[in-house]
Amino acid sequence: MSVLVYIDHFDGHIKPSSFEALSYGSEVAKLLKTDAVGVLIGDVKDDVAGLGKYGVKKVYSVATDFTFDAQQYAQAIHEVATKAGADVLVFSHNPNGKALAPRLAVRLQAGIVTGVVELPKVDQGFVVKKTVFSGKGFAFVEIQSSKKVVSVNPNSFKPIVGSGTATIEKIDYKLNTPKTKVIKVNKAEGEVPLTEATLVVSAGRGLKGPENWGMIESLAHTIHAATACSRPVADSGWRPHHEHVGQTGVQIAPDLYIAIGISGAIQHLAGVNRSKVIVVINKDPEAPFFKAADYGIVGDAFEVVPKLDAEFKKIIK
Amino acid sequence: MKILVCISKVPDTTSRIAFTNNNTQFDETDIQWILNPYDEWYALVKALELKEQESGSVVHLLTVGTADVDPIIRKGLAIGGDEAIRINLNSADSYLIAQQIAQVAQAGGYDLVLTGKETIDYNSSVIGGLVAEFMNAPYVSLASKLTSQSNVVSIEREIEGGEEIIEASLPLVVSCQKGMAEQRIANMKGIMGARSKPLKVVEPTNTNTQTKIVRFELPPAKTGVKMVAADNVAELVRLLHEEAKII
Ligand SMILES: Cc1cc2nc3c(=O)[nH]c(=O)nc-3n(C[C@H](O)[C@H](O)[C@H](O)COP(=O)(O)OP(=O)(O)OC[C@H]3O[C@@H](n4cnc5c(N)ncnc54)[C@H](O)[C@@H]3O)c2cc1C
Repeated sequence: MSVLVYIDHFDGHIKPSSFEALSYGSEVAKLLKTDAVGVLIGDVKDDVAGLGKYGVKKVYSVATDFTFDAQQYAQAIHEVATKAGADVLVFSHNPNGKALAPRLAVRLQAGIVTGVVELPKVDQGFVVKKTVFSGKGFAFVEIQSSKKVVSVNPNSFKPIVGSGTATIEKIDYKLNTPKTKVIKVNKAEGEVPLTEATLVVSAGRGLKGPENWGMIESLAHTIHAATACSRPVADSGWRPHHEHVGQTGVQIAPDLYIAIGISGAIQHLAGVNRSKVIVVINKDPEAPFFKAADYGIVGDAFEVVPKLDAEFKKIIK
Repeated sequence: MKILVCISKVPDTTSRIAFTNNNTQFDETDIQWILNPYDEWYALVKALELKEQESGSVVHLLTVGTADVDPIIRKGLAIGGDEAIRINLNSADSYLIAQQIAQVAQAGGYDLVLTGKETIDYNSSVIGGLVAEFMNAPYVSLASKLTSQSNVVSIEREIEGGEEIIEASLPLVVSCQKGMAEQRIANMKGIMGARSKPLKVVEPTNTNTQTKIVRFELPPAKTGVKMVAADNVAELVRLLHEEAKII
């Protein structure tokens, strides 16, 4: 018996969300009095043995030149899961995790719960807490099958860093030729991916037009934050679609969410209300967003934001 | 092309979420039900666009649910689906739902199975992947663009930190999100026509589940906002630095 964690990577580097998944898997292993191990498919430039500091004892490494393909990668993970005698599989609830986790559930005939935000309760069965209703609620779900697949919401479980080193075991398994092929990757240059960001600066229709986003980008740059926006802003083409947060956009849970010129409609709040601290800047004191905020400023964004940027610059190098 | 679109019924986005029965059940009082936005706006409309491109194509809708889902199915037919199938089962277990969908999808010989990227109630984002594995078909998740030319499908897929351009062949399962298509609204002719389009009800082949919802919880309410004067922005920075300790 063991807990197997999928280690995701992009551009030669292990994804920060995988550090969270590794720590989560290691803590689950402790609860179940067993060991956590990892599986890595393809090559990375990072120190793989160093992942031991997140609590995994061993990393199974499968070599391949094929680009990501859910079907063939899932088969490789299944191979490793069998070898490792894995009963619990842990993924990050990120784009690749969303593609892989369900396939493994079918292969292992395992119950699957995704978007998990806490460690399971294992005193009576195996009960995990997940977000539901796009952030408006949580459900506690019992996985009753003997094998289990869970995926962890990014930014919900802080990595726990210890000191171990992991052994690396190369697996002699050749992936079949995938039926899908990545022919090009468009990297979002220099930006912090929204789902991974711990700090987010977001703006809405109150900004009047795309030409006014300079001050938002500057503020985000100052505090090393990702940028986000409300739905009408993305729909009007003022900002790219991947910045749209809310019930029908990206759901995020950063440490800090600064909302500028956003009214705080229920569909918007659903996507951001798990943020640890919410700051609202709005010229209307009646804006509903203030009810969901920790700190608020009633004022004109065009005056407040540049001042805020200048103040942050004083304390951040 | 023969296209299957998986649709589901969800609470309207403006719904206030509450739970009853000792927090073990979703409170459906006063809830308006809608077609899941990702299914409607992106998966269904993409299917219709593909159909319009290639004569002889059909778009079938598939849902897992009891008769109370029928109005949602009719809406999908009004927007442009040709026929619908409902698997007569009420369950929140993704594994079971997907298994049932896959059996129908396999038997129907579809070239393309489209789902929304997730439902806005359980947000699991798993049905497409489960169905694909049950069918032993390739799967591309979180697609924001899709074009098809002589059975080669080109897809733009979201990844953390950018997007991938993927080439795939049919049969294929794809989950759809923003960017895929422009939302369409059902017109009068569509609504009238939908009433007479075929809606077939089939019984599930099994009802075994792997998971069970034990209870629900609402997120903790905010304790109240601390207001800072607009001419004292430095105070906000101090609070974030010293009180919240975030910056
Ligand atoms: C099915 C459905 C799904 C939806 N999903 C989403 C979703 O996922 N995400 C989402 O965001 N929305 C979503 N919406 C839309 C949502 O209902 C709101 O319409 C939207 O969030 C409003 O965006 P906004 O706050 O940017 O604009 P507005 O509501 O127009 O608010 C603009 C705000 O800016 C303030 N303002 C104006 N000028 C200034 C200034 N100079 N300085 C400071 N403040 C200023 C105003 O006081 C106002 O509060 C959805 C709607 C539906 C029907």
